[in-house]
Amino acid sequence: MFPELNNLLNTTPDQAEQGKLTLLCDAKTDGSFLVHHFLSFYLKANCKVCFVALIQSFSHYNIVGQKLGVSLTTARERGQLVFLEGLKSAVDVFFRPQEDPHPLQFLREANSGNLQPLYEFVQEALKPMDSGEAAWRCPVLLVDDLSVLLSLGVGAVAVLDFVHYCRATVCRERKGNVVALVHDSGDAEDEENDILLNGLGHQSHLILRAEGLATGFCKDVHGQLRILWRRPSQPTAQRDRSLTYQYKIQDKNVSFFAKGMSPAVL
Amino acid sequence: MLELLLALGGLVLLRDSVEWEGRSLLKALIKKSALCGEQVHILGCEVSEEEFREGFDSNINSRLVYHDLFRDPLNWSKTGEALPGGPLEALRALCRRTDPGPVTVALDSLSWLLLHLPCTTLCQILHALSHQDSCHGDSSPGEQVHVLGLLHEELHGPGPLGALSSLAQTEVTLSGVMGQASAHILYRRPQQRPTHQTQWFSILPDFSLELQGGPPLESQPNPDPHTPSTDPTTHLTFNLHLSKKEREAKDSLTLPFQFSSEKQQALLRPGLSQATSHIFYEPDAYDDLDQEDPDDDLDV
Repeated sequence: MFPELNNLLNTTPDQAEQGKLTLLCDAKTDGSFLVHHFLSFYLKANCKVCFVALIQSFSHYNIVGQKLGVSLTTARERGQLVFLEGLKSAVDVFFRPQEDPHPLQFLREANSGNLQPLYEFVQEALKPMDSGEAAWRCPVLLVDDLSVLLSLGVGAVAVLDFVHYCRATVCRERKGNVVALVHDSGDAEDEENDILLNGLGHQSHLILRAEGLATGFCKDVHGQLRILWRRPSQPTAQRDRSLTYQYKIQDKNVSFFAKGMSPAVL
Repeated sequence: MLELLLALGGLVLLRDSVEWEGRSLLKALIKKSALCGEQVHILGCEVSEEEFREGFDSNINSRLVYHDLFRDPLNWSKTGEALPGGPLEALRALCRRTDPGPVTVALDSLSWLLLHLPCTTLCQILHALSHQDSCHGDSSPGEQVHVLGLLHEELHGPGPLGALSSLAQTEVTLSGVMGQASAHILYRRPQQRPTHQTQWFSILPDFSLELQGGPPLESQPNPDPHTPSTDPTTHLTFNLHLSKKEREAKDSLTLPFQFSSEKQQALLRPGLSQATSHIFYEPDAYDDLDQEDPDDDLDV
């Protein structure tokens, strides 16, 4: 996790909020550093994490996680992390009998089905522990990412329904958190992606948006992060607080600074 | 403002966006209806019942009937807890409701319903819902059904948005500037032209509405304490000011191409005040001064 991002979000692993949906989105840049941040954040916060990783392999997340101070292998062995490796298990779908339920069952279906098997996998992974086992703090679902589901033929409404059910189970019923990454297609007119992004935006409590700089690539400033807090529990005067920071990604850390205040230009 | 929104009856459409959410205004309207003694039915698709009821006191909560489509709308859990028939049946049941008295139906949200039901079906049901007093022959004409619908603008194309907009008697579009929310309200009174109104407001924690005068003033940039304001016209090497005599001379000067009455008179009576002009010509040695008219031999 990145300590500076924790400061910006005003949170620490010990005081993580519960029952929230956080939406990560990126436009014209790669926002996966946010996924690594939240993965290591919730592992350090002693939460049970179900990670639906559709983009990269387990070893990739493990290597990055080790730089941030968590070991995914250890977490998986002691039951804190349930890891669905999409790249590997997508192939398994075709080598099993069709009746066996598989989380990525939608890959076999000719028309865009629903994501109920994936939801049931998540529900099973994050179900409350029996009293004999170690008590984790709260369940967390992390998805990297949801846009690839659209590319694999699932409709935007089906993905929204999946997130809806995850919210109902993980956030509401089990007082956990859901974090999901969606790519913003930007100028490319992708209606399904826009419906997904805006639909999730309406459901989320916190939106973190990583954008590339409007002026193009820069060596010292890799992009800009916009933070939007929505739906606080009480509608107060500050209900739509929004902050913007610029960032630079380093080997083991991401440094954040106010716009125009990069150390390289001061 | 809330009374005006509820005065017309029929469908009140609240259009919000990711940046300016409309659920607080919806809850403020629900609170207003409940305080007026109406019973409020809420079809909740997007938030759970606990979260929706948060912020209302028990007096209001007792008047709210929450139809829960949040927990299991598509019957995936198959435990029998879901509303039978899904969203469509739940809506139709609201239409068929026969208890007397004024009632408010809140749909949270219409976007969810629009994504899961065909647009035509939804429009037909909304029409039936908002014109319910014509269905029940014995209800007094004073009883209105209020239907409040929350719609997320960015999720739908112009077709469904236009269809829902045409069904609505009142349309509220939420936007704002710098943390201050505003509502642009369109009233469609029967047999009158639609009227517009823009109102700046904020919702208090107990879901009552506070009207604001206007957008917040631009925060004045702080005067930089390090640079005292200096007058740049001091210590110049040239003169920027005119003395009194120079100013008088400047004011009395007529510009060369300005058409004044004196010039007009001069042009109308030529020769009176002007000296006649002469042309002095010295012919060269090679000039051929022929006094004949060169066109004389033309037959024209």
